[in-house]
Amino acid sequence: MFRFFDKADYDFLRVRKPALMFALLFMIPGLLLLAIRGVNQSIEFTGGTLFELTAKSDDITTARLRSALDAAGITAPEITTFGARNEFIIRARLDPRAEVTEATTQETADAIDAALSDAFGADQYEKVRDERIGPTVAGELRQKAILAILMGFAAIFLYLSIRMEWRFAIAAVVATFHDILSALAFLSYFNIEVTLAVATALLFIVGYSVNDTIVTFDRVRENLHKFKRKNLYEILNRSINETLPRTVITSGTTVAATLAWVILGGPVLRGFLMVMTFGIITGTFSSIFIASPILHWVEQRWPGEDVRGARAFSRGPTVVPSPAK
Amino acid sequence: MASIRNRLIFIALLVSMALWGLRPREVSIGTAADGTDSTETRWGLKLGLDLQGGMHLAIEIDESAGPVTNLDDAIDRVQTVIRSRIDEFGVAEPLIQKVGNDRLIIQLPGISDPARAKQIIERSAFLEFRITDMQGQFEASLERIDRALERAGVVVGDEAETRGATQTVLDQLLGAATDTTTQSTDSASTTDSLDNTADAPVTAIFSRFLNQGDLPGEFLVAEEDVPRVTQLIEHPEFQRNMPRGFVLRWGREPRAIVGRTYRGLYAVESRPIITGDRLADAQAQLDPVYNQAVVNFQLTRAGGRIFGRATLEHVNDYMAIILDGRVQGQPPIIRSQIRRNGQIELGNTSIQAAQDLALVLRAGALPAPIRIVEERTVGASLGEDSIRAGRLAGAVAIGLVIAIMAVYCRRAGLLAIVALGCYVLFTLGGLATLNATLTLPGLAGFVLSLGLAVDANVLIFERIREELALNRSPRVAVESGFEHAMPAIIDGNLTTVITAIFLFWFGTGPVKGFAVTLIIGIMASLVTAVFVTKTLFLIWLQRRSADAEFSI
Repeated sequence: MFRFFDKADYDFLRVRKPALMFALLFMIPGLLLLAIRGVNQSIEFTGGTLFELTAKSDDITTARLRSALDAAGITAPEITTFGARNEFIIRARLDPRAEVTEATTQETADAIDAALSDAFGADQYEKVRDERIGPTVAGELRQKAILAILMGFAAIFLYLSIRMEWRFAIAAVVATFHDILSALAFLSYFNIEVTLAVATALLFIVGYSVNDTIVTFDRVRENLHKFKRKNLYEILNRSINETLPRTVITSGTTVAATLAWVILGGPVLRGFLMVMTFGIITGTFSSIFIASPILHWVEQRWPGEDVRGARAFSRGPTVVPSPAK
Repeated sequence: MASIRNRLIFIALLVSMALWGLRPREVSIGTAADGTDSTETRWGLKLGLDLQGGMHLAIEIDESAGPVTNLDDAIDRVQTVIRSRIDEFGVAEPLIQKVGNDRLIIQLPGISDPARAKQIIERSAFLEFRITDMQGQFEASLERIDRALERAGVVVGDEAETRGATQTVLDQLLGAATDTTTQSTDSASTTDSLDNTADAPVTAIFSRFLNQGDLPGEFLVAEEDVPRVTQLIEHPEFQRNMPRGFVLRWGREPRAIVGRTYRGLYAVESRPIITGDRLADAQAQLDPVYNQAVVNFQLTRAGGRIFGRATLEHVNDYMAIILDGRVQGQPPIIRSQIRRNGQIELGNTSIQAAQDLALVLRAGALPAPIRIVEERTVGASLGEDSIRAGRLAGAVAIGLVIAIMAVYCRRAGLLAIVALGCYVLFTLGGLATLNATLTLPGLAGFVLSLGLAVDANVLIFERIREELALNRSPRVAVESGFEHAMPAIIDGNLTTVITAIFLFWFGTGPVKGFAVTLIIGIMASLVTAVFVTKTLFLIWLQRRSADAEFSI
């Protein structure tokens, strides 16, 4: 039999202040950096240059085109075969943050041409055309996505308020919000290009984080019924410890799967999968170190009748009890 | 025992449904150079542009009918209209991109009917309502038109008009046409209603082709004469002598009258009383009385006011419904004031064609005619290399999940693996059955629901362990383990589903793609946790000898 954290009994809530500091220290510089540098939007949002070519030798493949462009510093191009196997469309741009104009289009096309003739020789391919391309993402998409996420948050809040209590709902929503902000900071540290896929990875984080928090809170609710004499501090710690094996296994399995993908999945998908991997980690972190302390804090600040019809929290300074087992 | 059998039957049913949804089939992937559809046998699950590629169209504004003043602006507006058409057509995550200043690239993932998709993209969908020539002003000027054409040197025979490289072909065509023209006059003179020789002046170059229709402003032209008549109408002398304020429009479909086919030619007011840009909604329907397809439309509030005023003024007049320059059906009479709601009768068209029409009407008319200048198939937009790497990575990832599960709960891990296998099958089968398209954002939803499915199984296992630790018998431990794990599983899954529903509702493109896979994945995960995992446990409990160790 193989068991993790079988008799785990850690005092998670005691480290809530350092944990919060850690979270803020991670978030704030990243968000500031993001505010200064701006979002590294992908070519789907900005547009750029389209370069169509016909390869004259079998040596030219998508992978080799990509590495040739990479070597020349033309990052994150989109390379698609087109019609026959030796025809390719490259969509690229030199500076993600520069505005796309006729001049930058020409510059990019020349740079691609130079990179390819360096790598394969100018007689190995034939340029069919180069043209300026517009963004593929409609402007309304962003607004609609943000609206959808906000409505989603409202729905989560409502559901948890009905199913559990509004204090739980606040804690879960704050924890999820923390995860989104951390993910944005993460994006800016690694200068990850925000593609449509990366944007949906943020949705993934919302889903994962909420689920993770709910599993812990479900145990809290159950323990509030079960141990009527314990205070919330003890019950939170106990619940986190009891669900720890599950948390580790679930997160571990999912992280293992996405991490394998980060390493083996090639450069195009790397940003997307890095964000998902980070999301699982931060989602797990936040349900333990953000959601539960916030629930504790909210209960302290606005004590009320809890789900079992008694005060969950014994008022007064938070002593550090040793949770009875 | 019976309960286990019923459960197994249910699971087998789900598995076969999923497999049926995923069965390989022929998929059309575009039109080849020679005009035939090129097909491929693929699994039932459709993959998006990013994962598999699809059909590539380049379109340009067609200036053959006349120059378009602001190309750049026109192509922008064309882009908006085409985007909303394709969205309404239900193509998952198309790519629509402006290239240069005057072209658009449209890429669609493998769709089942490329010809239909192209038609929806290309159709102008310009709708207008015009009152027909109630006072017979066009008829009154026919004589003048005939004379003007004669003066301009147009002769009855067709030779004068057509010279050039296509001479021989045209000769053959028009030769045939002349033959039938004489027939037409013969038959017309024998039928009272189709009398066109009443006051024929001189040679009646134009008017000899016309037969009076059954309502004011309607004329019938024998189908064979249509090219010739079109040619005459385009003649500058003809245009100069058209009565002011009227134009001619052809009917869309030929009509059979006493064994011959005719096409309607309508003299209508040149100023439409309303056009399609005032439409608020359009829906296709099957008229239950005549069993024909109709499109019901509703105008905007302002449009309704204009239409109401115009139709009140024209009670008892005939109104032509003109779509892309062709009169739709026979112009109906306006019996009373019409406000916001109306109906376009489509005659003998399929309900699908009516739905397509309603779709393009809703999405709006193209601001300028377009043509497809290039049609190709296109590879996965992630690149062939990424797809290959992704396949390897996916296999490794699944291997890791299986390995962790096996190490984590030994023999019971086998149950978890079987359960997760069922979950994957159900999700993919569900996507295929609902005809959803799997894209990269969808894959993110899939990974999330996989996480939840793993979580559900782990929660159940952990609970059973806890119960076993309390020295309960295996049977009781399994029962109460499930019972205790369920609230957490349901809460977690339900909140995620609710969020996903909102994402589906408000989101577009990739957000929708994410939501669809997530919703289906969570359903599959719940079904797996409730039925499959539990059934596997029940079977295990049944099979093991009473004193064997129950190890999970």
